[in-house]
Amino acid sequence: MANLVGARIERKEDKKFLTGKGRYTADINLSNQTYAYFVRSPHARAKITKVDHSKAKKAPGVVDVFTGDSVTKDKIGGLICGWKIVSQDGKDMKCPPHPVLAKDVVNFVGDHVAVVVAETLEQAKNAAELVNVSYKLLKPVIKTEKATSFENIHEGIDNNLSFDFILGDKGKTNEAFSKADKVVKLDLVNNRLIPNAMEPRAAIGDYNTSSDELTLYTASQNPHLDRLIMSAFNAVHPEHKFRIVSPDVGGGFGSKINVYAEDVVVAYASKKIGRPVKWVAERSESFMSDNHGRDHVTHAELALKSDGKIIGLKVDTIANLGAYSLVLAAVTPTYLYAPLVLGIYDIPAACCTVKGVYTNTAPTDAYRGAGRPEATYVIERIVTEAAKEIGMDQAEFRKKNFINKFPHQQCLVHNIDSGDYNAHLDKALELSDYKNFENRRSQSAKKGKLRGIGLSTYFEACGVAPSAVVMSIGAGVGLWESAEIRFNPTGNVSVFTGTHSHGQSHDTTFAQIVGDKLGVSIENIDIVHGDTDKGPFGMGTYGSRSLAVGGTAIVKACDKIIAKGKKVAAKMLEGKPEDIDFKGGEFILKNSNKKKTIGEIAFACYLPGTFGDVKSPLPEGVEPGLIETSFFDPSNFSFPSGSHICEVEVDEETGETKLVKYTVVDDFGTVINPLIVEGQVHGGVAQGVGQALYENAHYDESGQLTSASYMDYTMPRADNLPQITIDYTCTPATSNPLGAKGCGEAGTIAAPAAVMNAVIDAVGSDVSMPATAEKVWKVLKKNGSKKAAA
Amino acid sequence: MKNFNFKSATSTKEATKLSSVKTTFLAGGMTLIPAMKLRLAAYSDLINIKKIKGISGIKVSSKSIRIGATTTHAEVAASKEVGKSIPSLAVLAEGIGDPQVRNRGTIGGSIANNDPAADYPSACLALNAIIHTSKRKIAADKFFKGMFETDLKKGELIESIEFQVPEKSGYAKFPNPASRYAIVGVYIAKFKNEVRAAITGAGNYVFRSNELEKALSANFSTSAIDKVNISSKELNSDIHASAEYRAHIIKVMAKKALSFS
Ligand SMILES: Cc1cc2nc3c(=O)[nH]c(=O)nc-3n(C[C@H](O)[C@H](O)[C@H](O)COP(=O)(O)OP(=O)(O)OC[C@H]3O[C@@H](n4cnc5c(N)ncnc54)[C@H](O)[C@@H]3O)c2cc1C
Repeated sequence: MANLVGARIERKEDKKFLTGKGRYTADINLSNQTYAYFVRSPHARAKITKVDHSKAKKAPGVVDVFTGDSVTKDKIGGLICGWKIVSQDGKDMKCPPHPVLAKDVVNFVGDHVAVVVAETLEQAKNAAELVNVSYKLLKPVIKTEKATSFENIHEGIDNNLSFDFILGDKGKTNEAFSKADKVVKLDLVNNRLIPNAMEPRAAIGDYNTSSDELTLYTASQNPHLDRLIMSAFNAVHPEHKFRIVSPDVGGGFGSKINVYAEDVVVAYASKKIGRPVKWVAERSESFMSDNHGRDHVTHAELALKSDGKIIGLKVDTIANLGAYSLVLAAVTPTYLYAPLVLGIYDIPAACCTVKGVYTNTAPTDAYRGAGRPEATYVIERIVTEAAKEIGMDQAEFRKKNFINKFPHQQCLVHNIDSGDYNAHLDKALELSDYKNFENRRSQSAKKGKLRGIGLSTYFEACGVAPSAVVMSIGAGVGLWESAEIRFNPTGNVSVFTGTHSHGQSHDTTFAQIVGDKLGVSIENIDIVHGDTDKGPFGMGTYGSRSLAVGGTAIVKACDKIIAKGKKVAAKMLEGKPEDIDFKGGEFILKNSNKKKTIGEIAFACYLPGTFGDVKSPLPEGVEPGLIETSFFDPSNFSFPSGSHICEVEVDEETGETKLVKYTVVDDFGTVINPLIVEGQVHGGVAQGVGQALYENAHYDESGQLTSASYMDYTMPRADNLPQITIDYTCTPATSNPLGAKGCGEAGTIAAPAAVMNAVIDAVGSDVSMPATAEKVWKVLKKNGSKKAAA
Repeated sequence: MKNFNFKSATSTKEATKLSSVKTTFLAGGMTLIPAMKLRLAAYSDLINIKKIKGISGIKVSSKSIRIGATTTHAEVAASKEVGKSIPSLAVLAEGIGDPQVRNRGTIGGSIANNDPAADYPSACLALNAIIHTSKRKIAADKFFKGMFETDLKKGELIESIEFQVPEKSGYAKFPNPASRYAIVGVYIAKFKNEVRAAITGAGNYVFRSNELEKALSANFSTSAIDKVNISSKELNSDIHASAEYRAHIIKVMAKKALSFS
């Protein structure tokens, strides 16, 4: 059989998705189903003085109305922060109460106040208009940098400061700075983004009053984690009677990691009324109430020797957590961010502080890249600035400071196992024709365009994560992964994974791995995920972990299958297990022509009766069946890296930026399917370009989200993107047997810095994200451009 | 969306007869349906006008092009006759929304709606259009009255729009990157004895620019536009563009429109 790993195999899941046959939560309709509609706060900050739902309760079709009082009475727990971190002073971070239905206060526009359950959606919406909530308005704080000097928005949380985090050695870093020949300083804003998964969130609670079983269908990236949280913290239902199904999920980008209020409330409401309760977000609800991403304000300083060697880095960031602290809200701007600010440079001393602040905006959490795009933006912007300030070529400057011996223990956290940074940068410089850029710049100038070039030699830590490490720094769970391989008696294979595919193409990638390992054709392999009743407990998909961690669990389960197969084959072939080789789906007795296919072995394992002249094919002590489970806990994170080179043309008259050339060379370690990986990179780059040039979650001073629809929130579109050239280098990861590093977030991590470096190169001075036409125009005008001023 | 009755009219007369204060006409639905879904608008009856005969299609004479109210943007964009006699009008239609919107949205709906960022109203002003309704003829200059406001009376139906064929014309749009409606759209048309310049997207609603018209009447060239001073005083400011930026873009788009003409 030809090698499947490494082949450009078209996605097994394409047919259903491209023909509209996917089955999303919204496609599921249960008999006797009711519909939920949420009453949300129209105010950014207010006291609730009264919730009067008497009229709504009497409205046509209404089954029930639930409020903050109902969930309090029934002891439904609030939403949690799943990974708590500790401040510089040794104190735990502060988390405000986050009830699933607000009782006393609301803290952002879209905050959930009550839910109406009715026979039809229209009736639920009509009745929701009759729920009369009396508010006493309070002044909100919106801006990240203003939060700590504003009055407390949550009782007992002074200065609206959740945590004041530090990583690194302050003393050593100051010492390095005292020896610097030059210090480069930069102020940066990492704009707030709205995830915009194509499928809005949705949930259906289905409680069976006779069996006491509760099923929740929900668009989630991690159904087992949801069940754990909802059982242990929200007290919705005991875990063994609680099933969560996350069927096809149309994109997550981190926005479907959290257990949301709507999940808990539909499950709770279903138990209360004894009927299924369905909720599907409208797009405007997605804009308002999905977790938002990023929103940092940062000051960074880089200490240099006159020869261009970096000797120290200081980063001080304020991260806007929004109104509450969500599951990964605290870890994202701290442990997923601070260690990464070093990039791929050999920096001997560094210190990063992060203040996590509360404001009256939608809560923020992990968003594609989670911490690493923010870190990459800091380091890749400042090294570019540094090269410019000391008059060195920016590629040379980078190379001079690259880490070039592995393993490398960074001065903050990570021990990088493998990499070859010169290799991917050289390849990218070559592919992008870097050396002739100045010619292209003058050609563009002839057309009246300002051309710029930007580099981003990014680095990230993914394959999350070693459980002992993450639990020692506050994670509420370990981040191992599970897999189960079930051979069916007829020889085909069901593979259960604890990861979840919502765009990552696991059906194909994992089938390729299993196909090669077990010698089964991929048509005979089914990847099963997204149902807590089917496979073993798993941690879900985020942090580019599915292949490195989940894929490895699959490999290990395959190894167990082969080991058992050898025992069975040995008996059937009348040899010893150690004399059995397994290759291409066949168990072969050494030095003989005797062999059994894995299908025959599976059959024998399930039907261990008389088999030829062998009485039972199963050796003594070997159980029937061919099912193996494995849990894998990685020894380290994995560390993909790569080089992005972007060229832009800026229209001097209008300030519009057009991407004209984009080159990517990634080191993802082992690539299972380049076709799929390229899709991930294309999407990632588009999302990164979106952040750099277009996307911005904008709140006005009163806390109204003024970019709450596609009329005002600019998504990147196909016509905004050039052809993207993609290539690879490969240094395999050593922390997992596949050698895989992860590719799902890389594009989004690298692209903002590459694009912004190019824009800034074109216009000749600093521009903040998103570099909208008007912003660029204003800079050009300030710089004295005649065309911009005309 | 709140419940409503759906009625189809087959003649203008029937449509106006069915109409009352609680009803509205439904053409392509591209503006109306989203507004109803968001519960910004609700009606007892929607009166479908797409089945009315005689208010769709394109008629060309040497002096004017008359486009039926229910003609879609896609039909105008693809029309050989329009492309030949007023190419800028076909360009404008081609630049509205996306293929779905162009295949459903109609010229009558666009003009009746008078969105401050819509494209067609600028064509009506620049091409000195006459709006033919179920009751009367209205000059474009008198038709657009304010933001989402026109001279149409309740129950008055637009039947066609008659554009005068200019010697030269051009339309240039600087799209809002999110919605792709106009942040600024400038339509310039040169007739035998006048130059008309209409601007959409920049103000409360579509308007003619005295400054541009004066300069271009004297000298129909981009250098004339360079010397024009566009005031930002009455222009819109929003999260996409300040008034000052819009004023600047008006000149840039005016030059572009001229270069297309
Ligand atoms: C995604 C999207 C993008 C768009 N982009 C653009 C753009 O770039 N530029 C642009 O200009 N427009 C844009 N539009 C608007 C589009 O052009 C609409 O089609 C147009 O505004 C309304 O036309 P309609 O036929 O759909 O009218 P409808 O939505 O059916 O009606 C709109 C209003 O006009 C009234 N009406 C309709 N026909 C008549 C008539 N004959 N007489 C009297 N009243 C009438 C209706 O009662 C209603 O009040 C966009 C729309 C969408 C959804």
